Amino acid sequence: MNALPKNLGDRWEMVIGLEIHVRLDTNSKLFSGMKASYGASPNSQVSFLDAGLPGTLPVINQKALAYAIRFGLAVDAEIPPVTIFARKNYFYPDLPKGYQISQMDDPIVGKGHIEITTEAGEKVIEITRAHLEEDAGKSIHDKYDRYSAIDLNRAGTPLIEVVSEPQMSNAKEAVAYMREIYTRVTHLGICDGNLQEGSFRCDANVSVRPKGEKELGTRAEIKNLNSFRFIEKAINFEAKRQIKLLEAGDKVIQETRLYDADKDQTRSMRSKENANDYRYFPDPDQLPIRITEEMIEAQRQCLPEFPAQKIQRYVDELGLKADDAMIIANDINMSTFFEASGKQSKAQADLNAKFLLGEFSALLNTQGQSIEDSRIDVVSYAGLLDEIESGAISRKVAKQVLDEMWESGKSASEIITSKGLGQISDVSALNELIAQVIADNPSQVADYRSGNTKMFNYFIGQIMKQTKGQANPVQTKQLLEELLNE
Amino acid sequence: MSINRKELEEIATLAQLNIPEDQTEEITASLNQVMGMIEHINDANTDAVEPMANPIGGQQQIRADEVTDQSHKDELLKLATHADEDHYLVPKVIE
Amino acid sequence: MINLSIRQLSEMLQEQQISAQELCAVYYDRCVAHNETTHALITQRQELCAAEMLQAEKGIETGQLLAGIPLAHKDLFCTRGIKTTCGSKMLAEFIPPYDATAVARLKHAGMINLAKTNMDEFAMGSSNEHSAFNPVNNPWDLSRVPGGSSGGSAAAVAARMVPVATGSDTGGSIRQPAAFCGITGIKPSYGRVSRYGMVAFASSLDQGGVMAVSADDCGLVLAAMTGHDPLDSTSAPEKPLQWKKPNDTSLKGLKVGVTQVWIDSLQDGGVKKRTLEAIEYFKQQGAEIIDINLPHADLAVSAYYVLAPAECSSNLSRFDGVRFGHQANDAHNLESLYRQSRSEGFGSEVKKRIMIGAWALSAGYYDAYYLKAQKVRRLISEDFKQAFAEVDVIACPVSPELPFKHGEKADGVSMYQADKFTIPASLAGLPCLSMPIGFSEGLPVGLQLIGGYFDEQSILSVADKYQQDHDHHLRIPEAFV
Repeated sequence: MNALPKNLGDRWEMVIGLEIHVRLDTNSKLFSGMKASYGASPNSQVSFLDAGLPGTLPVINQKALAYAIRFGLAVDAEIPPVTIFARKNYFYPDLPKGYQISQMDDPIVGKGHIEITTEAGEKVIEITRAHLEEDAGKSIHDKYDRYSAIDLNRAGTPLIEVVSEPQMSNAKEAVAYMREIYTRVTHLGICDGNLQEGSFRCDANVSVRPKGEKELGTRAEIKNLNSFRFIEKAINFEAKRQIKLLEAGDKVIQETRLYDADKDQTRSMRSKENANDYRYFPDPDQLPIRITEEMIEAQRQCLPEFPAQKIQRYVDELGLKADDAMIIANDINMSTFFEASGKQSKAQADLNAKFLLGEFSALLNTQGQSIEDSRIDVVSYAGLLDEIESGAISRKVAKQVLDEMWESGKSASEIITSKGLGQISDVSALNELIAQVIADNPSQVADYRSGNTKMFNYFIGQIMKQTKGQANPVQTKQLLEELLNE
Repeated sequence: MSINRKELEEIATLAQLNIPEDQTEEITASLNQVMGMIEHINDANTDAVEPMANPIGGQQQIRADEVTDQSHKDELLKLATHADEDHYLVPKVIE
Repeated sequence: MINLSIRQLSEMLQEQQISAQELCAVYYDRCVAHNETTHALITQRQELCAAEMLQAEKGIETGQLLAGIPLAHKDLFCTRGIKTTCGSKMLAEFIPPYDATAVARLKHAGMINLAKTNMDEFAMGSSNEHSAFNPVNNPWDLSRVPGGSSGGSAAAVAARMVPVATGSDTGGSIRQPAAFCGITGIKPSYGRVSRYGMVAFASSLDQGGVMAVSADDCGLVLAAMTGHDPLDSTSAPEKPLQWKKPNDTSLKGLKVGVTQVWIDSLQDGGVKKRTLEAIEYFKQQGAEIIDINLPHADLAVSAYYVLAPAECSSNLSRFDGVRFGHQANDAHNLESLYRQSRSEGFGSEVKKRIMIGAWALSAGYYDAYYLKAQKVRRLISEDFKQAFAEVDVIACPVSPELPFKHGEKADGVSMYQADKFTIPASLAGLPCLSMPIGFSEGLPVGLQLIGGYFDEQSILSVADKYQQDHDHHLRIPEAFV
């Protein structure tokens, strides 16, 4: 899908800033000891604090702080020495206390940046800040005609809101930015990345301005986008809507809008009609939190290698093909398996990559299992790689062994021994070997073909020597005869 | 500092309170009286003074990420005037 | 019986001269007998809780000092299974499913909860006239107010309906009613007593405390309420208060700070006379009287009426009629549900403070008012720091006036100004108490003692010494003897 039709794109440009809400994968809520998992029955994960009962008080979750710091380090951000929680005051049924505990002046993560890659090349997007806040509950509007039903399970679950500078100039960049943040938070292990469950969602601030104009146009905020596809469509729709308004001489109103995926359009949100005066002030129930060097250092130790770095290392140090490296590195589960098996096995990394992406992925696919809970574990898989690497079996036999491993749960070596697969009886492997021996000894071949049949045993000797006697003699003899007599 | 009728309306909206028509004047006057008193804080020179949010200078306490609470669903929903067996109910909100 | 101190009652319980059941019955009957006239209680327990009695009996066996002693809780302390109204129509039917930490600790110490005491709605007021229930009458003169907001607790102790009650103090709400009712009341340092389960008025100022006959009684009960609470982020990490009734009772060498300008400013001759007498007593006992200067203290009331309403406007947003509390029954949409529930549930003083607070935090005013007031708070706190570099305790008036008649003060601001001696120490978070120092026109007068941060021991010791040499605190209004 294109950004803007050419006739519009020549005259107008978009300015996009994103606020991404990342749900932190903690056991308990941000300020209460209530379980913070998704999908529990309505209102079954609500503490007295989560329901805003009088007299209850918030106490901050250590892991949420740690995860926010980890995120900050992953986007090269400043982590200030003191961070403060503030109250954002407004009335809404899914906001039990009448205020949301968030951060205003002293967020836990300061200015940072990330690099994104689109067809147009690389671009640095600056991150203004990221702050910790509690999520609201959920309003269910379709249960009753006259009522909205409120479920507070989600109220109080920890989020970081990552705010970008308005530096993206088309929907593709916005998607690339969102993907990059997504990759980071999932690799950091701080977010489960479940888009359907709302673990990662985004508000997009979209405005347009005549090309070349410095000043920003009036923006609209599109709320709650939780798919990479929808965000692109929503932004493009919204930009076109705004251009249409401006070209007709109308004004864009600063407002909150919702994207309707079914109709592929955005519409004004009535409930957020009144521009609120949120009356932020420091939460008097909490004290400023000092972020120590030790806290930061502990999180630095937890920083994983990100895909871009990983791809580089796979290519430079392990000799992988760039395409293979990219596929493996971009999937955290696959790269974990790849690296773990690499440590267990003596096989070349390239063989590992090829086998992993080829035979092993195919098997998982057929079996409908994901790599992180594969029935064949890293150790067994590495054992199989070693058998291939040592030449004990060919890749073709390896495929057969792999299937056997899946079925029986036995190790590769057990299967090879019990089935006698260790002898090289694989026709294609033998064929390859024999062809090589023939190619390597042109004068002996000529000698044989001119009638010196005694030379036949010379070739057998060469093959046995190369396979350390593992070649199946009957098959070898038969194949050699066929090839020499071609 | 003093407020007028329109500002009183705005404040009442922020506070989600109704101001009965016949009390508007009285309430405006009583708020203005307090605001007049508050004005005295401007007598102090507070240049280079750090705001004080709380008398405690100490360290904020931090909780380990452990689930220490259990469901209170029935106790909670019982406190509400309007709830079904699973949810709190409010007049329908149109988003 | 009702003249006995907690230590004496405890001894009787330990020596089985009386059972906890019997002791509670004595006070229970007094609660029933005197609530009609005082309105000190909002909720009286119909029967004593078996679990509490069991805990008390166990405590008596193991020699716990407070075990078996009855008390009442100010009605903003959440009590599990017992109505907690906060003096408001908003919470008229609210039965919390949890105990406040302070309540739980006193229960654990074996104390028995007899009643919930009346108060100004959401602790906002200095006369108890802002209770949504019957306003409390001062036992010394039923036509007069008991002070507020802990007026119910003060009146209940003064009428000996209970030997001790909890209270809370945001800008003077323990000290002023203690003074008005002729009892002893202590507000500890901010952070001493967990705020968990206390319905919040102004989070950075609220502190739970104790109202009792004597400083010693206050010290004993307060000690059991204190100590770090993992449920309250602003609860200090310090160990619980260890109240030690001093053996050496000399005040020799004690440096007592006196704010002479405050005393000079007193219009009421009686209050002034008693205050000067009390200071003279300290002097005679060998204390060194040092005139101290708190240059920013006269801005305290103004700063307080920005900060406390700002915090309250936010704290009281949770009362929206949806999950608990009063809900208007004829709301046709969400906004009218909010507005009507809140307008019906809150009284006029609460609404006024919510609006002041919403205004002070609103766009364009935040820096000029809220932030400015926090800076003034710092200045006042620094004033005290300097003073405590020179003195051990500060002695000063509690209230500039004697208990006034119901309805006598219509002007809100003059009522606010009457808290000018109690608010400064609240802003600084310092421990302070009020103790009876005699009478004027038949009405009690109190003296305020302020201590350094976390030094409750000093003010309690000085008060204890005073009370060993005087019996004002032991006087009981005639109608309640």
